[in-house]
Amino acid sequence: MFTRARKRLSRFFQSVFRRKRSRIGIYGPPNAGKTTLANRIVRDCSGDAIGPVSEIPHETRRARRREDVVITGANGNTLTLDIVDTPGVTTKIDYHDFLEYGLEQDEAITRAREATEGVAEAMHWLREDINGVIYVMDSTLDPFLQVNIMMVGIIESRDLPVLIVANKTDLPDAAPSRIKSAFPQHPVISVSGLEGTNMEELYDLMTEHFG
Amino acid sequence: MIQGIQIELISADRLANLTSMEKIRTILDSVMLGNIVVLEQGLTPDEQSLLVERTMMEIRPGGFSGIEMETYPGKEAEKGGIFARLFQGKKPKGRMTVIGPAGQLKMLKIERDRLVAWASLSSVR
Repeated sequence: MFTRARKRLSRFFQSVFRRKRSRIGIYGPPNAGKTTLANRIVRDCSGDAIGPVSEIPHETRRARRREDVVITGANGNTLTLDIVDTPGVTTKIDYHDFLEYGLEQDEAITRAREATEGVAEAMHWLREDINGVIYVMDSTLDPFLQVNIMMVGIIESRDLPVLIVANKTDLPDAAPSRIKSAFPQHPVISVSGLEGTNMEELYDLMTEHFG
Repeated sequence: MIQGIQIELISADRLANLTSMEKIRTILDSVMLGNIVVLEQGLTPDEQSLLVERTMMEIRPGGFSGIEMETYPGKEAEKGGIFARLFQGKKPKGRMTVIGPAGQLKMLKIERDRLVAWASLSSVR
């Protein structure tokens, strides 16, 4: 009886004092620079990396979670998060597209199969296990891609806090202002995940929005 | 023999009588046969999420490679996101949506109240 009471008491204290860590998903279409950005965040905050990057779409085919990433803003605020790097969301995957990057047919078919599983997994995470979203777009491309409109709609419908990242500002034809005009209802921040430009401002926003 | 693409228009009434999974199955079964489906009233965000997930499960190398989907943004998009909808007390309603097999349907022009699509008899990559 004493043991049972002790367990109950322990569970009570755990539920009262355990602070649930937010899981922040990094979402976006394929090749928007999600893993490059995730690597930058995790490196800046813990000196490590989260996964490999490639110019071939769908390099990330499994959601990868890095726990206990401590974000410190220039404003002095800190926040401990789990960062989840997710596969690029799309509505179509054709293995022929990978052949153009020099992959062998077998390799391309395997990549396509894994990519389909990865996208399904990413959608499932968004519905079940994500508390906030960093939505990454390539600022050299048209922001009105159907996948962007759809994903922002899904995120809004779930009432998840979202930061939109206009990535790849190091490229000459980057136009982050188009993304700001397309999604005026959300904070949009221009960064280069590759060069690490404007990351401090991103961390400030993260501590404000996901805290 | 006449060759062409079958276009299936599904009314808002018919959609309203289907569960989310029935809607997804109806759409995917038709699109996988090579048809283009036009929904008078589109899917909710959750249903869109489910459609993407189910589409991924149906993709086969050398066979079905996914869907092309477009909804014209409409007035809701102009009014803003969740806050606009909250203050208006409205639930987000889907707008007319066109869904077809990837590689056979291409959107040429997307405006607030107008969609121009191009369909091919065979898959074009």
